[in-house]
Amino acid sequence: MAQYQNIITPIQVSGPAEEGMPLPRGDSPRTGKPFFVRLFGMIGNAQIGPIYLGYLGTLSLVFGFIGFEIIGLNMLASVGWDPIEFVRQLFWLGLEPPAAKYGLKVLPPLAEGGWWLIAGFFLTLSVLLWWVRVYRRARQLEMGTHVAWAFAAAIWLFLVLGFIRPLLMGNFSEAVPFGIFPHLDWTAAFSIRYGNLYYNPFHCLSIVFLYGSVLLFAMHGATILAVGKYGGERELEQITDRGTASERAALFWRWTMGFNATMESVHRWAWWFAILTPLTGGIGILLTGTVVDNWYLWGVNHGLVSPLPDMWPNVVDPAQ
Amino acid sequence: MKLWLPFAASAGALLAVASFVGAGWDAPPVATDQLGFRGTGMYHHRDVETEAALKAANVAPPAPWEADPSGDKASALYQNVQVLGNLSGDQFNQFMASITEWVAPEAGCNYCHNPDNMASDEIYQKVVARRMIQMTQSINVDWKAHVAETGVTCYTCHRGKGVPAQVWSTTLDPKPAGNMTSNRSGQNVVAVNAGKTSLPQNALSDYLLGEKPIRVHSTTALPTGMNPAGTKETEETWALMVHMSESLGVNCTTCHNTRAFNDWDQSPPQRVTAWHGIKMARHLNVNYMQSLTPVFPANRKGPEGDVLKIGCATCHNGVQKPLYGVSMLKDYVDAVAVKGSTDVPNFSTYIPGKTEVLGGSAATPVTQP
Repeated sequence: MAQYQNIITPIQVSGPAEEGMPLPRGDSPRTGKPFFVRLFGMIGNAQIGPIYLGYLGTLSLVFGFIGFEIIGLNMLASVGWDPIEFVRQLFWLGLEPPAAKYGLKVLPPLAEGGWWLIAGFFLTLSVLLWWVRVYRRARQLEMGTHVAWAFAAAIWLFLVLGFIRPLLMGNFSEAVPFGIFPHLDWTAAFSIRYGNLYYNPFHCLSIVFLYGSVLLFAMHGATILAVGKYGGERELEQITDRGTASERAALFWRWTMGFNATMESVHRWAWWFAILTPLTGGIGILLTGTVVDNWYLWGVNHGLVSPLPDMWPNVVDPAQ
Repeated sequence: MKLWLPFAASAGALLAVASFVGAGWDAPPVATDQLGFRGTGMYHHRDVETEAALKAANVAPPAPWEADPSGDKASALYQNVQVLGNLSGDQFNQFMASITEWVAPEAGCNYCHNPDNMASDEIYQKVVARRMIQMTQSINVDWKAHVAETGVTCYTCHRGKGVPAQVWSTTLDPKPAGNMTSNRSGQNVVAVNAGKTSLPQNALSDYLLGEKPIRVHSTTALPTGMNPAGTKETEETWALMVHMSESLGVNCTTCHNTRAFNDWDQSPPQRVTAWHGIKMARHLNVNYMQSLTPVFPANRKGPEGDVLKIGCATCHNGVQKPLYGVSMLKDYVDAVAVKGSTDVPNFSTYIPGKTEVLGGSAATPVTQP
């Protein structure tokens, strides 16, 4: 006990596998015989399985696989079925949404974005089914549904980017392409087209919550590790039966910044910061192009842009 | 057994080494020039070591001799001199000696000329060269907004090669499989002319040949419904911008305050020069390169059969001012700083090896020696 376990869990206690509580009638049984992996035990629980897939999980995986395959096979086709080019250019390859001329047509030609819509449909289905599964598994364990709602916040951003905003804009060409570099290029092009997303206040909020999440995670993780030698990692017990680990952790922050979260409230902080990141980000994306067309000029109108001296007074638009 | 430790350590070490040597970083020392107001991030970073190589590769060669402008005109001394007829005999020979060094130092005069009949147009390179001389004259006379008094010569692009090293043509490679599979909309592969990004690979065709609108920003804060450009159009514009940036070895901030890319009031004057450069490249490609399509043999065209065309890199070769701003024009003022005949022959009638004279009013019949 009296040691820091900063990287891995070096001492692992093994015993009979934990089967979990019995499931109610109507649920399919958990599948797989549990086994132990020492390597996994170093970074998490050594016990693998049993898993509960059920029909929601199974369908979600199937739909997810279909979407993944549609994207992957189209990427392979986009380099003429050449496996070498596929590997060489994998990060460059993508699947583009249909052009603006097709508007909101349900199925444009497959070669010109139809596959993008089909892949998006299956991925959305997969993600939504997985959400229902997360919600139902939580209820079955008589837990709260916080994980499901946090997941829902991410799904909100996903749907705003790929579905809700394109609907409002009137065409799917505004949506994000699939692919590593293609979606990154889209992100930068999106910001450029709509006059610099940095002047979008909801983008600002999203960044605050994102970096705030990082800061909170670092503070919390560090605090718990630091009091690990007093059993601080048993956070739930420390909530109800505050021990010296909790006392020291609280005292540390009260000393350094005058205020401390509690063993319980720090998780509320973390949860809200995390879900507010995609929530506010999604609002920012939704407003872009629909309500505001140039965030820089919007920022000028609302006192967000710092004025600069005119460095080059002789420069005028040569097209005028 | 704590084997994970050495494994993790060596994996970490390998990763560190790979990220240092494999990622093509600009190693220090890096020289930095401030371009804009403080706090705007407008800097130009120069890798001191690569710049030394770049400087060595971009040196303007001296003229072979100082030409004497007096004496009989070339049009009187030689047959079929259509564009450079106003040069003196010495100026004409000086320019011919230079152009040989600039374009065909190994093949020599015979790259363009039949040694038995120097006046004949039967070798296609001569027909191309005449049009290229007209083009160079036009750049130096009509496009001072871009080339200023520095001007250009054949060497600005050719650098001792028959075909300039940095030219572009339509490319569809690697070709999509077709049928009902995704046609990838002309992007999402390594775009050689757009800094090896996954941006549209033929954006230069849209802007340096076609006249697709480059501007994608809205000039009002709120939507008016008047701006047809979306993110896809922005990616195409961006591909052109990456081409310019790579061609000149500069960042976005050389021409833009990136907080508002479109705002001319915050842009350095280089952006005006670049604006004229885009128009110039388009003009040259349409009026000079593309019209020569019937003259070029297939092996001098791109994989899709279009002629090799001019981009920003063709002259700039990775340097903001080609040849570091050294003007070669002063030694060739009468040859390429003024316009000769601007007649354009009908290139579609050209038959390599057969056509003796191709040209407009200045063309003269060629008598066999």
